Amino acid sequence: MQGYIIRRVLYAMVSMILLSITIFCLVRITGDPAVLMAEPGAKEEDLQAIRREFGLDKPIVVQYVLFVKSIMRGDFGKSIYYRIPAFDLYLQRLPASLLLASVAMTISLMIGIPVGIFSAVRINTWFDNFGKIFAILGLSLPSFWVGLMLILTLSVYLNWLPSSGAESWKHLIMPAFSLGWVFTAAHMRLARSAMLEVLGSEYIKLARIKGLSERLVIYKHAFKNAVIPVLTLAGINLVLMVNVAVVVESVFAWPGVGRLLYEGISFRDFPVVQTTVLMGGLMFVSVNLVVDILYAYIDPRIRYGN
Amino acid sequence: METSQAVATNETFAAQSFALTRRQRILSTLQRVPIFPLFILVALVFTAVSADFIAPHNPEVGNLRSRYRPPVWQDRGSWEYILGTDHMGRDMLSRLLFGARISLLVGVTAAVFAGTLGTTLGIMSGFMGGWVDQVIMRLTDAWLALPGVTFAILFAVLIQPSKWNIIIILGIVYWTRYARVIRGEVLSLKERDYVRLATVAGCSRAKIMWTHILPNVANSAIVIATLQIGVSIITEATLSFLGVGVAPPEPAWGLMLAEGKSGLMAGYWWLSVLPGLCIMFVVLSANLLGDWFRVWSDPQLRQL
Repeated sequence: MQGYIIRRVLYAMVSMILLSITIFCLVRITGDPAVLMAEPGAKEEDLQAIRREFGLDKPIVVQYVLFVKSIMRGDFGKSIYYRIPAFDLYLQRLPASLLLASVAMTISLMIGIPVGIFSAVRINTWFDNFGKIFAILGLSLPSFWVGLMLILTLSVYLNWLPSSGAESWKHLIMPAFSLGWVFTAAHMRLARSAMLEVLGSEYIKLARIKGLSERLVIYKHAFKNAVIPVLTLAGINLVLMVNVAVVVESVFAWPGVGRLLYEGISFRDFPVVQTTVLMGGLMFVSVNLVVDILYAYIDPRIRYGN
Repeated sequence: METSQAVATNETFAAQSFALTRRQRILSTLQRVPIFPLFILVALVFTAVSADFIAPHNPEVGNLRSRYRPPVWQDRGSWEYILGTDHMGRDMLSRLLFGARISLLVGVTAAVFAGTLGTTLGIMSGFMGGWVDQVIMRLTDAWLALPGVTFAILFAVLIQPSKWNIIIILGIVYWTRYARVIRGEVLSLKERDYVRLATVAGCSRAKIMWTHILPNVANSAIVIATLQIGVSIITEATLSFLGVGVAPPEPAWGLMLAEGKSGLMAGYWWLSVLPGLCIMFVVLSANLLGDWFRVWSDPQLRQL
């Protein structure tokens, strides 16, 4: 088990190093960071001063080491637009993102699990077919278009909900729904296939042979086991949601990290973009690591295989 | 008569198909072919190829005196602009028709590019093993550690966005799925007798990978590519919507949605609804076709 954990942690670290090298190189290939940091129209001497200050005149390998060192200290550079440390900015925006993602996740699970489970119980009926169509529609609609359509119907025509901002819970409904939409389809598909697998297993047959009522078999014995894989996926997806919310957040002007990334793009604020992407990658790698280790803890076959 | 017989006697599938007439057999084959997605995709290809001839107006030049015209069936609509005009007085129908060309070009080329890259790396990784396998798989992990959209945005911010750069970006972002799946298949393929025989016969490793392994994984690569077309089209629309994709004034659907967003609160619904519907139908068809192709190419799933 120890060897397994060490190997996994090493892999995760390699992932992060590769990611940081990619970002580091991309910045340097596509333009002089000194020019990005300086005021527009700065003189050559000013640029030189900035280069000296940030160590940009040193060899590239030394620069990379410095880059990693400063990240380790939590120093991601200053936002060019906001003039405050990019990491602080990120932390300021994170709670809003987490709130949005949790609500979106709750919506997607509350729709996805019951529909998926019921589709499996009533396989090949009209309900199952309806679920299939729903799932494939969910994967085919861009989330920002779902958002635009919600604004058009609920804000413009019906005037029920505000179209942008983050003042009250009413502002949360539409962004959460458009973000949850794609994930609903994914959770539904998984719930359905997991339930089908459980329903075909031996202990369900045994429960039926014992003469339990169909309701008890499905809702007491099968349901719980079918939900486990869905909840595991949901854990990973929650992190994914924080990071793919950029379009939804920019449509609804929701002040999360996605919106921060969008602002970073619009203002060419590179430290902000870099911070957001790196932190997103770090969250993702960490969650995958935790899931890998948990799986190995639960299932010894994974530990000793490989 | 034969049909009722086949239905009435609940016989096996084989017995039924013997009882079918020629016409019924053709019909049942047709039923298994996905008509709806094929129809949409054929229409898309036709539109993309012949947009120059069928579009009534120039998609990039507008008439400022006829801005925000609604579609023909609403008040103020006219037959000159069947689907209305946008904020610069450009004809929506023409822009949608030309947009099909961009979506198809980006979707298909990106899927092929990512497929070539991913399949090559997947075959190398699976067949050569050792450190090559380690390097490629760790790279795949690192790539998968980022949500595709974020990664695409990062690239798009750094590289000046254009239609061709988007294709390269999508290729670089989405090759991992091919690499993972293909590597898994190659691991089992390379233990087969015919591969060993080829080694004994003195084939070089490159030759074995090219002539013996590649044809056997091509099916999976094509299935992933078909499913990937939809993802590519959605990502392109997303990037264009965020302003880091196809540059204006080109009529990309994602760009049209971004431009139409400002007219949304004023109730100019056609600017947002129509491009979105186009994206939906195309992506839906690509996904359905991909699903069908996956089942068709795998006899186990077809239950034969």
